[in-house]
Amino acid sequence: MVNGVNLLFQFLDNFAFIVLAAAGLAIIFGIMGVINLAHGEFIMVGAYATTLANIRFGLPLLVAVPVAMVATALFGLAVERTIISGAVPNWLWKYARLGLAGGLGRLAALDAVPERAAASIDAATRRLPESPLVEPLYDRLADSMVATWGLSLILVQGARIQFGNSLDQVGTPVVPFVGETISPAQIPLLNLIVENSEFSYSAYRVSLAVIAVGVLAAVYVLFTKTDFGMRARATIQDEDTARALGVDTGRTYMATFAIGSALAGLTGALYAPTITMVPDMGTGFLVESFVAVVVGGPSVVLGTTMAGGFLGAISAAVTNLLGSTFYGRIALLLTAIVLIRFLPSGITGFVRELRERRQEAT
Amino acid sequence: MSGDGFSRRQFVTAGGAALVSGLAGCSGGGDGGGGDGGGGGATTDTMSSDGTVTLGVLEDQSGNFALVGSPKHKASLLAIEEINNDGGIMGNQIEYYDPDPQSDNQRYQELTRRMIQQREVDALWAGYSSATREAIRPIIDQNDQLYFYTTQYEGGVCDKNVFAVGPTARQQLGAVLPYLVEEYGPRIYTIAADYNFGQLSADWVKVLADENDAEVVDEEFIPLSNSQFGSTINNIQEADPDFVMSMLVGANHTSFYEQKASAGLEVPIGTSTAMAQGYEHLRLDPPAMANIYAGVNYMEEIPTERNTSDGGFVDRYYEMWPDAPYLNEEAENNYFSIYMYKKAVEQAGTFEQDEVKEALESGITYEAPEAPEGESIALDGATHHVDHHMWVMRADDQHNVEALDDRVIEEQFLSNTVGCDLTQEDEETQYTPQDYFEEAG
Repeated sequence: MVNGVNLLFQFLDNFAFIVLAAAGLAIIFGIMGVINLAHGEFIMVGAYATTLANIRFGLPLLVAVPVAMVATALFGLAVERTIISGAVPNWLWKYARLGLAGGLGRLAALDAVPERAAASIDAATRRLPESPLVEPLYDRLADSMVATWGLSLILVQGARIQFGNSLDQVGTPVVPFVGETISPAQIPLLNLIVENSEFSYSAYRVSLAVIAVGVLAAVYVLFTKTDFGMRARATIQDEDTARALGVDTGRTYMATFAIGSALAGLTGALYAPTITMVPDMGTGFLVESFVAVVVGGPSVVLGTTMAGGFLGAISAAVTNLLGSTFYGRIALLLTAIVLIRFLPSGITGFVRELRERRQEAT
Repeated sequence: MSGDGFSRRQFVTAGGAALVSGLAGCSGGGDGGGGDGGGGGATTDTMSSDGTVTLGVLEDQSGNFALVGSPKHKASLLAIEEINNDGGIMGNQIEYYDPDPQSDNQRYQELTRRMIQQREVDALWAGYSSATREAIRPIIDQNDQLYFYTTQYEGGVCDKNVFAVGPTARQQLGAVLPYLVEEYGPRIYTIAADYNFGQLSADWVKVLADENDAEVVDEEFIPLSNSQFGSTINNIQEADPDFVMSMLVGANHTSFYEQKASAGLEVPIGTSTAMAQGYEHLRLDPPAMANIYAGVNYMEEIPTERNTSDGGFVDRYYEMWPDAPYLNEEAENNYFSIYMYKKAVEQAGTFEQDEVKEALESGITYEAPEAPEGESIALDGATHHVDHHMWVMRADDQHNVEALDDRVIEEQFLSNTVGCDLTQEDEETQYTPQDYFEEAG
């Protein structure tokens, strides 16, 4: 059953899916300590935005994809400001509180006895708690999960109410220079080793692997070569010190969430042509991305790459050997369980421990 | 980019719990405000005493099955409105209750109890999936409630209270499979959803293949949550069958058609589950559904006079529901079964459920939209199933749908193989092909 080239294409397909699904989730988790259980729905937002831009507004797919990315990023920004950081409700509360206190003060000033007026202002303001209305969800794993899970339910049903139970679908685009399908026999070198050329693959899906590598490279550059990346890394290493040194950690978190959302939007946009456009399409992405983040460990780029490569290879091999996607999936989940048992902090966590141990030894 | 702040173990434990509850949430849907939707508004519980008859219509207007369930809901309301405008049933206006079960089986159970005990409905239409039917069937049987199940399904339910008026797997596959064997050859590859409907349907493919001198070269069962079909497509390419039989179900599985088209898999596909229910030929971009052959009793496109003429079924449906996306197979089943109920009541001369059941068992016929001019479909009293007029419908690479073949296919499993006769003996059983066919085991 196993056929080397066949396996390679399937691996590329799996790798692309896992990496693209996980990238946004990994960034948000790795930097903010927020687990976004609505990640699948963010992908749905990107897919819907692409499809609507393409079908309803006639934008070509190449334009629709960045439009969807921007739309999902803006959406993520709104979610971060209202739910994750609570900045918007706190801001509203602050002004409502000031307004209330001011109003009460003016009322009290009408009172003839000044002492009584002062006392009543005091009493009134004391009754309005000073603390912010909403505590940010940073580093609160369970809380962030509950909040975003609720958000995901709202998004699924909201999409259903707004857009109905399905959207028309965009057709799979043709890849330049390659065409619609790709088969091992088409590639000169592979042609020599593969005799039967009955297999053909969607060239578009295989090319997503290239895009996935591009996304990882871009994330790597962003977090290691830019000022923003430096501030972000400072923020996760020690938030208080970073703030003391002048890093606006709130803004860093906000930008991180928007970037993670944009990546989810990109994933949705890229997979929109291959997956049925229904409101609960996001669930298909969440499981794989979740497992990839757990297996990958704390380092976003390296972890996601390794998890994508490792899990993609296992799933492709088992699927191929046993001839069923079902077993491929079981193997993927079993691998995750075994890995977590022995490497509780994921692949990159293990690598880091090794490195630290070696440093201590020298 | 390395954080020390979060324990991975903590993340994993919490994450696992959330995923489990997430999955539960898929079918949970919350209990919502719900209540009774557009009920007729009258306050009475009993029917004929004050000139109303009460029907319960539980169809998924939201949740996972909303895509296929809401056409059923809409078509039911169309039939009820038509009958009411026409003077009702024996002069009684139909009052109906149609709360939204939200594709949630637990909610279905609660609402079924409420329909029977509080609303005292004279007949009940409920549920899309086989899982839903099996969830509420005990409640139906406990209360001897007259119940219509209208979805195409795996077949085999022999139950004195259940009128399963949708076509069975044997009828649907029996329409399309012989056609494809004749047209393309005897080697079949089966792909099916991995739950009881898919498993039983795959068994039926084997039985029908045997009867038509064909063979199933391989079969693959795919979890409902799976939306990636790369390896399935490769397996099919490797097996190189003459055609594929597909009993894929649900939104995730619909991705198969797009993915096989873009992977260049051009083998013809026969199906009982695509196009007629979820109108994939309208939702997907061509040529995803090219060369798909559906065995169905109804699709919006079937070329009968009653269906497509001016003022025909399709016209009336869209006049009442201008924004409806499609008029699907199950919608027609709801529609004609409400008319069959009307006929049975008029024949019995009463709304008493036992007597209406007896009237239904006497062999009610109706000139349903699926039947060509001059023909009608008949309810088989012994099995409570319908001898449907079945069609083979094919989509071309532009997704235009044409009818290739049509004929009456009787329900055969319960009547010929099992020997279920509800007019003689009360039963509440679902029979499966494994019990009767060696090749299905």
